[in-house]
Amino acid sequence: MRLGLSYLIQQFLNILQLGSLYALIAIGYTMVYGVLSLINFAHGDVFMLGAFIFFLAALWLKLPFIPALIVTVCVTVCVGVLIERLAYRPLRNAPKMSAVITALGVGVFLENFTLALSPYPQHIPEIVKNRAWVMGQVTVSSIQTIIIAISVTLMVILDFLVRKTRFGMALRAISWDISAVPLMGIPVNRIISQTFALGAALGGAAGVMYSLAYPVIDPYMGIMIGWKAFISAVVGGIGNVRGAMTGGFILGTVEIAVTMFLPSTYRDIVAFTLLFVLLIFRPHGIFGTARSVKL
Amino acid sequence: MNKQIILSVKDLSVSYGNINAVNGITFDVTEGQIVTLIGANGAGKTTLLRAVSGLIPYEGTVSFSGINLKGKTPHEIISGGITHVPEGRAIFGTLTVMENLELSAWVVKDKGIYRERLRHIFSLFPKLEERKKQLSGTLSGGEQQMLAIGRAIMTGGSLMLLDEPSMGLSPLLVKEIFKVILDINKSGKTILLVEQNANMALHIANYGYVLETGKIVFHGSKEVLSGNPKIREAYLGV
Repeated sequence: MRLGLSYLIQQFLNILQLGSLYALIAIGYTMVYGVLSLINFAHGDVFMLGAFIFFLAALWLKLPFIPALIVTVCVTVCVGVLIERLAYRPLRNAPKMSAVITALGVGVFLENFTLALSPYPQHIPEIVKNRAWVMGQVTVSSIQTIIIAISVTLMVILDFLVRKTRFGMALRAISWDISAVPLMGIPVNRIISQTFALGAALGGAAGVMYSLAYPVIDPYMGIMIGWKAFISAVVGGIGNVRGAMTGGFILGTVEIAVTMFLPSTYRDIVAFTLLFVLLIFRPHGIFGTARSVKL
Repeated sequence: MNKQIILSVKDLSVSYGNINAVNGITFDVTEGQIVTLIGANGAGKTTLLRAVSGLIPYEGTVSFSGINLKGKTPHEIISGGITHVPEGRAIFGTLTVMENLELSAWVVKDKGIYRERLRHIFSLFPKLEERKKQLSGTLSGGEQQMLAIGRAIMTGGSLMLLDEPSMGLSPLLVKEIFKVILDINKSGKTILLVEQNANMALHIANYGYVLETGKIVFHGSKEVLSGNPKIREAYLGV
């Protein structure tokens, strides 16, 4: 039976895998938007860089999976912090349009920088032995398990950081009213750097895990995935971290549900149409609220 | 009385494009006093405070306890001992009352001092303790002002800048807030109070400056200012 229980469980696992990748990337968009009201269009390319650095770490340095993941995250963190420092900070007080154009420019730069070094798509060697466990009619692969386990762990840690630590409070305070934050004695620039670092860490980790599941990587892979993650963040309510996670899983669910019933070429058109309809009814996204200020 | 000057502002000017918001202001704040800057909307009061706490660039010099503040970041100035309760309170609405206070303790490293200040804040404003788990965006205007002052107490420092604490509050609440300001001053903090409500401000202040379109036009002790017929007419409404 096509829609049997085991089939649904299988699809549910696929949703978790795809959704958690979108969610990890969406968090980077939403956190930066939260602190700077800037859509960091280069973020999808940081995800792409994650995949390429992982490729180099595995192929040249011959690192096993976990060390390669750590090296990748360290490098993408540096890239994320540098992007903010060199490209966005000088424009902090410039019109928003200039910053958005700069973000697009940084993205184009990263894509072409990678293209110059790697003109052809690269095939990621098998770093993690992909074993499959068959339980009845459900197949669970080791890669799928790794992706879901690491993503969920990272999201739980991030949620804790945002909700329970002073850094998280500062982050939420900045997204409410950046002008008052320095008056609390908080070094705003340091918090913004740390925000970019965290976003880039998650984006880089997502790049690594994506290239485990889909082992052919190219310099433009971050564009479409980046858009999808960005839309996930908007659907969840941009600026809200839990919203970004939810949005990622919603997009994953819709995409997989579409391919269950329709040819896979319909996936994006149907998925995006549904999400836009959702935004008509909840223009601030699921977790977003229209902001009001009391004087 | 041989008190130290804690804040000294000389020839301070701030311009936004071609407009001079503050035009060569010089004044001093004596340690332990309440000094008030009174003036109408647009006189440059807020701009002046923002310059002192390093939020905007300016010409001239500002020195605090003998240290030149020019070029220092707000973070350095605040951890150096100046707190600033901004206009319109600027509480963080998506954070709880407690989180607001915890955040303002960023420069407080000692847990003991943190707990002691928290007790002090809750003894001044018992309402804040009742509502400590509430989102601060749901507080009334008066409670938000209490929270804003509470945050400044938590951050610490010896000089508190207060920007229009009476704004938008009922006369009764204004009285309550001003009583607390007097208490804070008695506990040893110097206060620089910027107000449109000149009556209340002169009532608690030791010394006052009158600001008009970016310039100081009068200054003197509370008695001198309250006795000046021009000021009585223009600012005190008598």
